[in-house]
Amino acid sequence: MHLKQLLTASIIALTVASPALAENVLRWTSQGDALTLDPHSQNESPTIAMNGQIYETLVTRDADLILRPELAESWEAGPDGWTFKLRQGVKFHDGADFTAEDVIFSFGRAMHEASDYKEQIKSITSIEAIDDYTVKMVTDGVNPILPNQLTSLFIMDKGWADANNVSVPMNYAANEETFAVRNANGTGPFTLVSRAPDELTVLARNANWWGEGMFPGNIDRIEYRPIANAATRVAALLSGEVDFVLDPPLQDLKRIEATEGLSVKTVAQIRSIFFGMDQGIDKLRTSNVDGNPFKDVRVREAMNLAIDRDAIKRVVMEGLAFPTSMITSPGVLGNTPENDAPVKTDPERAKALLAEAGYPDGFTVRLDCPNDRYNNDEKICQAAVSMYARIGVTVNLDAIPKSQHFPKIQKRETDFYMLGWGVPTLDSHYVFSYLLDSEGSWNAAGYNNARVNEITDAIAVETDGDKRASMIDEAWTQVKADMPYVPIHHQVLAWGLASTVDIPIAADDAFRPRFAVMK
Amino acid sequence: MDKIDDKPLTRWQRFKDNDIVWSFLSSPGAMIAAVVASVMILACIFAPVIAPFDPFDPAQISLWDGKLPPSWVEGGQSKYLLGTDNQGRDMFSTILYGGRLSILVGLAAVCLGMVLGVTLGVIAGYVGGVTDAVIMRLADVQLTIPGILLAILINGVGRAALPYELRDEFAIYVVILAIGLTDWPQFARVARGATLVETNKEYVQAARIIGLPSLLIMSRHIMPNTLRPILVIATIGLALAIISEATLSFLGQGIPPTTPSLGTLIRVGNDYLFSGLWWITLFPAVALIVLVFSVNLLGDWLRDALNPKLR
Repeated sequence: MHLKQLLTASIIALTVASPALAENVLRWTSQGDALTLDPHSQNESPTIAMNGQIYETLVTRDADLILRPELAESWEAGPDGWTFKLRQGVKFHDGADFTAEDVIFSFGRAMHEASDYKEQIKSITSIEAIDDYTVKMVTDGVNPILPNQLTSLFIMDKGWADANNVSVPMNYAANEETFAVRNANGTGPFTLVSRAPDELTVLARNANWWGEGMFPGNIDRIEYRPIANAATRVAALLSGEVDFVLDPPLQDLKRIEATEGLSVKTVAQIRSIFFGMDQGIDKLRTSNVDGNPFKDVRVREAMNLAIDRDAIKRVVMEGLAFPTSMITSPGVLGNTPENDAPVKTDPERAKALLAEAGYPDGFTVRLDCPNDRYNNDEKICQAAVSMYARIGVTVNLDAIPKSQHFPKIQKRETDFYMLGWGVPTLDSHYVFSYLLDSEGSWNAAGYNNARVNEITDAIAVETDGDKRASMIDEAWTQVKADMPYVPIHHQVLAWGLASTVDIPIAADDAFRPRFAVMK
Repeated sequence: MDKIDDKPLTRWQRFKDNDIVWSFLSSPGAMIAAVVASVMILACIFAPVIAPFDPFDPAQISLWDGKLPPSWVEGGQSKYLLGTDNQGRDMFSTILYGGRLSILVGLAAVCLGMVLGVTLGVIAGYVGGVTDAVIMRLADVQLTIPGILLAILINGVGRAALPYELRDEFAIYVVILAIGLTDWPQFARVARGATLVETNKEYVQAARIIGLPSLLIMSRHIMPNTLRPILVIATIGLALAIISEATLSFLGQGIPPTTPSLGTLIRVGNDYLFSGLWWITLFPAVALIVLVFSVNLLGDWLRDALNPKLR
């Protein structure tokens, strides 16, 4: 009798307790992990997607890409810069208060030599705290798009960074290992529970988050497990092992859609895929010819004419791509239908141009390509190899993980490489300052045009919208004539989701877990 | 007393009366396996003549022909018998070229393992004592580690030791080395056992007494008499080596993905399993299974035929 009562009591206790135990656990995967948790070290989408759950920015964008306040409540432009009113009562995960001091520290950190964000805030000449919750950023001239440039500039706690000796960003290209690489202390909706790079990262809901109750998200715990193999990733979604795949292989979308309990979301992404040709050095590192064929604009044009973008779209991308001859997508200020129209494939003319430039038998060059970053990245490169073979250019493909590929570009150790570029500011200045300005840190093409350099600086301070737009257009037309890159296409984003999860998809490929709802 | 046929035996009859040939001709399984294996191996060796396309020549590949199904399926084209892969390469040609590379790697690896294993095994058996103990314990230790794990280790170290530019070029040799080095204990054990038996026989004793140097006794007298069992392991070892190469390449540890071998082909096809492009992975896999199975059957038959106790 006693036993029976005890049993009943414990069953009741269990039933009562279980709603509290039931956690909404979001398990998700993608092909490559964040490169580091250091928020200022790598300006790369998967890294930002991970850090953006832990750290926050002053200004953010919602799924419609409209600017919204985050750690700043409001901002306004003055004659010599911008003033930001900060949100009050915000605490870092370790309990420290968020104040103007942290903003000044974080911006200083992001301006450091090892930071990958220095281009975005280059226009800021000084930052001062007017009081604990007001920050003034003085810019070199009026920067009309400063708030746009701050949407991935994460704020760290000064005290935590100083205490852990991470006051400057890790040097990623030098493979530096600092405390901030595997530990994080932000103000965001999730706190870091554990981190095993390339294996498993666990985040838990931050109960003390300032936005608690203001957002629809109801996730208690996030488990991220990168799966490099495309088929394994899909198998994980089909078998229910994960709820969300950020980058299902395009050829499997039909299968996912046809499976009960799963769905696919697609949107045209703000990300362009292209090849860069190093025209800045005198001799190519990986070529059989002396000198540098890429210095000749006719060779660069031939490299553009050889690519059959429609074939890549149909066969490699399953139709999910927009062929282009620009390295920035529609939706970004500066993309025009005239400049965006793809060039027609013409191997014959490409061959003639090569002969004219003095390479009738072509040349060899190595193509460096990531194999875990963009949709079908390695397969695009393989396709390009055979297209270039047809015009006599022998391309040796070296497809490697992005963690080894990107340093090659940043250290400028590559002749010919694949890169994809998204534009969080939705403004061409971002593309110019990184990829086309002669001092841009990702300009491994070595492109250097005086007028484009001039325009890059000018549009950072020009407030007259029409004048600014016409300067941007002038620069893009110049770039189109010089062809420093071989644009391939703009990506289409596709997510695979279990129908029990709803996460808003957006053109910037950002993962916004604060809006993620589990049914 | 039976009357003895006084007609001399023809060469063919004498050949037929050889016990191994007799055993072969009376075992239909072995005959089928031999035919299948030799057809496949010959087709692979003569791939440049037989294959309609050269998968190593990127200029012959058209992306527009990518992902075509086999010719008998709706949408297939007659020039691509087994369909095309995601890059537009003809599956039939790639399998022939891939099989060629796989067989080559398998043969080379087995030869390496055999030379190393037989040499060490004969020395261990003949010299005995400390040498024997050291060699055979080394073999025992290596046998406790799963072969494929060891091959991955050797392969990884080998690749890391090479300069970056040479890595792809030498990948095949590294794979051969990795598989060969994991293979040798099997050969060493068998060779040592056979050597122990032979060493005590009178002809070896005689050779010793007349003062032949040990090296000569081992290489001239003992080694030839250990070859029968070695042949059996070598045949089965070939099948295993082909499987090992495929496994390494499938894991992305072996042949670079741009070079077709049966393992890399299956790996590429694996990405398309869910999307209904079954031919990219099925045909190379079937080719691998049939090849390995027939070589293995041959090895089994050879073991039975050469083992007097089983006759």
